[in-house]
Amino acid sequence: MDVIKIRGTEDTPDVILDAENGIFEFSGRSLPEDVLSFYAPVLQWIEEYIQTPNPRSEVVFRLEYFNTASSKIILDILIYFEHLSKEGYEILVKWFYQKDDEDMAEAGEEYFEIVEIPYEMHSY
Amino acid sequence: MKKFDYKELIYSFHKEMLTNNFTLVYEGEITHQITKAFTSLTENKMDSYSEDATMKKKVFHVMVECLQNLSKHADDIRIFKDKGYSGNGIFIIGRVGPDNEDYHILTGNIIENSRVPELEAFLDKINELDKNGLKELYKKQMREGTLSEKGGAGLGLIDIARKTGEKLDYSFIEIDKKNSFYTLRTKISRKQ
Repeated sequence: MDVIKIRGTEDTPDVILDAENGIFEFSGRSLPEDVLSFYAPVLQWIEEYIQTPNPRSEVVFRLEYFNTASSKIILDILIYFEHLSKEGYEILVKWFYQKDDEDMAEAGEEYFEIVEIPYEMHSY
Repeated sequence: MKKFDYKELIYSFHKEMLTNNFTLVYEGEITHQITKAFTSLTENKMDSYSEDATMKKKVFHVMVECLQNLSKHADDIRIFKDKGYSGNGIFIIGRVGPDNEDYHILTGNIIENSRVPELEAFLDKINELDKNGLKELYKKQMREGTLSEKGGAGLGLIDIARKTGEKLDYSFIEIDKKNSFYTLRTKISRKQ
C-alpha cells in the first residue's frame, strides 16, 4: 500500500499511515479549513487498509488540539480499527496528552467509552 | 442631512472599546484565514498578560468554535432597506470580572426566523443539562451526527458549554418578518 505522509501545519495535523512499517500516527493540531476534504484521503486509505490489515496495528494519537468537526472524524477513524479488533486482529490505540491538559485526556477517555478497543493513555 | 462626524465616531468607538474592555471587535465576513489571524492575535495578547496555559487553551478552543459557527452562516448576508446591512457576523472578545481575570466572547449574526425555533430549542436543551448530560449529548451527537458539507457537526455549541462550564447566554432580536439577529455570549472564567 502507498504510504500517506502529511506534514502538519498550524491548523492541520501530521499524519503518517505506513502499513509496511506499521506506523499509524496523528499528531499536532487539527482545525482544517475543510475537514471533509482534508481527511477524505486518510479515511479512504484506512478503508483500504482494513481489507488486508497487518496482524497487529498500533495507532497513535498525539494531538495538541482538535476542533469539534475533527472530533467526529477521529471517532470515524477509531471505529475502523474497532472493526478490526472485533474481527480478532490485535489493535492498540495510544492516546497521548500533555501533562496538564485535562480536556485532551478526557477527550481520549470519552472515545474509549464509545469505541470498544484496547487502548493506553500516556501523558507527556 | 446631518453631517457625519468622523472625529466623534472614532473617539466614541475608542472609548467604547476601552470602557468595555474589548480587545478585538470585528464585523464582516468570517473566513478560515480570519479565524487563524484572530486566534493568533488573541494568543499573543494573552502571552503579554502572561496568561496561564489552561486559560489560553480554553479561550482558543471557544474562539475557534464561535468563529466557525459564524463562518458556517456565511451565506446569510442580507441587505436591509433603511436598516443598513449586516455582514456575516460580529465577533467581539473582551475581558471581564472585577480584576479582568475572565474573558468573554460575543457573537451576532443574522438568522432566518424559520430557523429560530430549532436553534432555540437546541440552546435550551444544552442549558438544561449538567456536566454529565452535556458529555453524553456530545458523545451521542458524535456517533449519530453527520458532518455537513461545511463541516458542521452540531457539536460546537455543546462543546462551548462544556469547555466554559457556563450557560449559553443567547438572544434573538427580530429584525423583520424574515430575519432575526442571533446573539451569543460565552464567558470563560478562571474559577470553575
